[in-house]
Amino acid sequence: MPTTDHGVTSPSRARIGERTLRQDRWWLQPLTTFVVFSAFVVYATVRAFMGRDYYASPYLSPFYSPCLGDCVEGASDFGQPFAWWPLSAALIILIFPLGFRMTCYYYRKAYYRAFWLSPPACGVAEPHGAYSGETRLPLVLQNVHRYFWYAAVVVGLVLTFDVVLAFRPMPAEYAVGDGETSGIHMGLGTLLMIVNVVFIWLYTLSCHSCRHIVGGRLRHFSQHPVRYRLWTWVSRLNTSHGRWAWYSLFSVALVDLYIFLLATGTIQDLRFF
Amino acid sequence: MSYTLKLRIWRGDSDGGEIQDFPVEVSDGEVVLDAIHRVQATQAGDLAVRWNCKAGKCGSCSAEVNGRPRLMCMCRLSDFEQDETITVTPMRTFPVIRDLVTDVSFNYEKAKQLPAAKLGPRDADGKRRMAQVDVERGQEFRKCIECFLCQDVCHVVRDHEDNKEAFAGPRFFLRYAELDMHPLDTHDRRELAQGAAGLGMCNITKCCTEVCPEGIKITDNAIIPMKERVVDRKFDPLVWLGNKIGLRNKDVEGRTEV
Repeated sequence: MPTTDHGVTSPSRARIGERTLRQDRWWLQPLTTFVVFSAFVVYATVRAFMGRDYYASPYLSPFYSPCLGDCVEGASDFGQPFAWWPLSAALIILIFPLGFRMTCYYYRKAYYRAFWLSPPACGVAEPHGAYSGETRLPLVLQNVHRYFWYAAVVVGLVLTFDVVLAFRPMPAEYAVGDGETSGIHMGLGTLLMIVNVVFIWLYTLSCHSCRHIVGGRLRHFSQHPVRYRLWTWVSRLNTSHGRWAWYSLFSVALVDLYIFLLATGTIQDLRFF
Repeated sequence: MSYTLKLRIWRGDSDGGEIQDFPVEVSDGEVVLDAIHRVQATQAGDLAVRWNCKAGKCGSCSAEVNGRPRLMCMCRLSDFEQDETITVTPMRTFPVIRDLVTDVSFNYEKAKQLPAAKLGPRDADGKRRMAQVDVERGQEFRKCIECFLCQDVCHVVRDHEDNKEAFAGPRFFLRYAELDMHPLDTHDRRELAQGAAGLGMCNITKCCTEVCPEGIKITDNAIIPMKERVVDRKFDPLVWLGNKIGLRNKDVEGRTEV
């Protein structure tokens, strides 16, 4: 039974036994977040450690991009400086998008509520006896978020480059008809990667640290009209930061799943031209 | 059209109390505070309730309606089903005085600890000037009516009485942010915000924003920007280096740390 002796049942407060009097389904949102995030973590962990089926030319899974380890032929567009790395190539680069999301102000809200129940919902007592917030290790490290944002911009550029590469002609073994390996190609994979990279950019550019960096830290907007304008654009995106966080989470998993199914030969790419 | 509302009200004082039933006749268009007043007028003349403007502008009638921090005067009965039971309790973060009235002096103590604006010298003609765009930036923060619902819902103090000494709360982070963004203020409160005011204890779960009757985006527009400013001051080695070599001195130019 959770204890709230230091909280809403403290001696000076109104004596009410219940930890909350909310009658709505307050538990639904944290439960949904818990289930979806857990499913993503399990899926991403499995895929990251697999070390195979991440490249179906010309598509490269975002979990493995840029592929800097000992990757399959055609997947390493930026060389293989970590060819000696014995484990999956995804583990070399996933720390950056993972770190970006783990320290993200939106995700922090979501997982503090859903996983740590701190608090599970507004006006619902949390089950912990003590609380120090983000003042101590390890949570004080949430303050490095801006550095992960810098890395996320680089990741976004790489994924954008991957989209350009996804228009490349497909190799002969994927061809399903005459002449399909020549010229520019576009398939369902290309489309999914475009959608993914749009969501990734919306998520990256709507970041609170980005908002601070482009202009939020200023004291005089009037003396920096260009940065003020940038700040208003980012501010507009920022109001939907949580939405972009969810959409990009789904899109990145979907693109990876699609490429996995292609690479394992389970399905064939739906080609538009 | 009127109907009988199944109303429950917490009654008691610091020695104890309980939630009691007060079925009361209410009409379309009324708010919870109307129902409370009718109970006071017809059934419980000694029911203690703090209120003033009945228009959502004075911030007096803060309470919890079905467990959610609300202004009673802005809580429409039409938002509930007619057969739904409505439970009204005092704010559960502050010491109770009697019935729905709590002692919110915690907030005034925190307000005293926040250094007021210290403006720089006037222009040659004796005036001070701010560009309109800089004036507008702080307007959202000045909508605060000090109802203290954000302070009430904040789990840092709601669920941890022992944090009250070290934590100022969202209403005052709003003030810290407003002053730190003020182009004419000469105090640098970033260290103070993180240290004495306990900004680092906030884990940005956004309940303050959810309950704000003025719709102020407390978390996105005040707390997180203030946290980022604190990162500039305390946690970012590049900003520190920039300050040292003179490339990044606009943050502290003309300001004195308090």
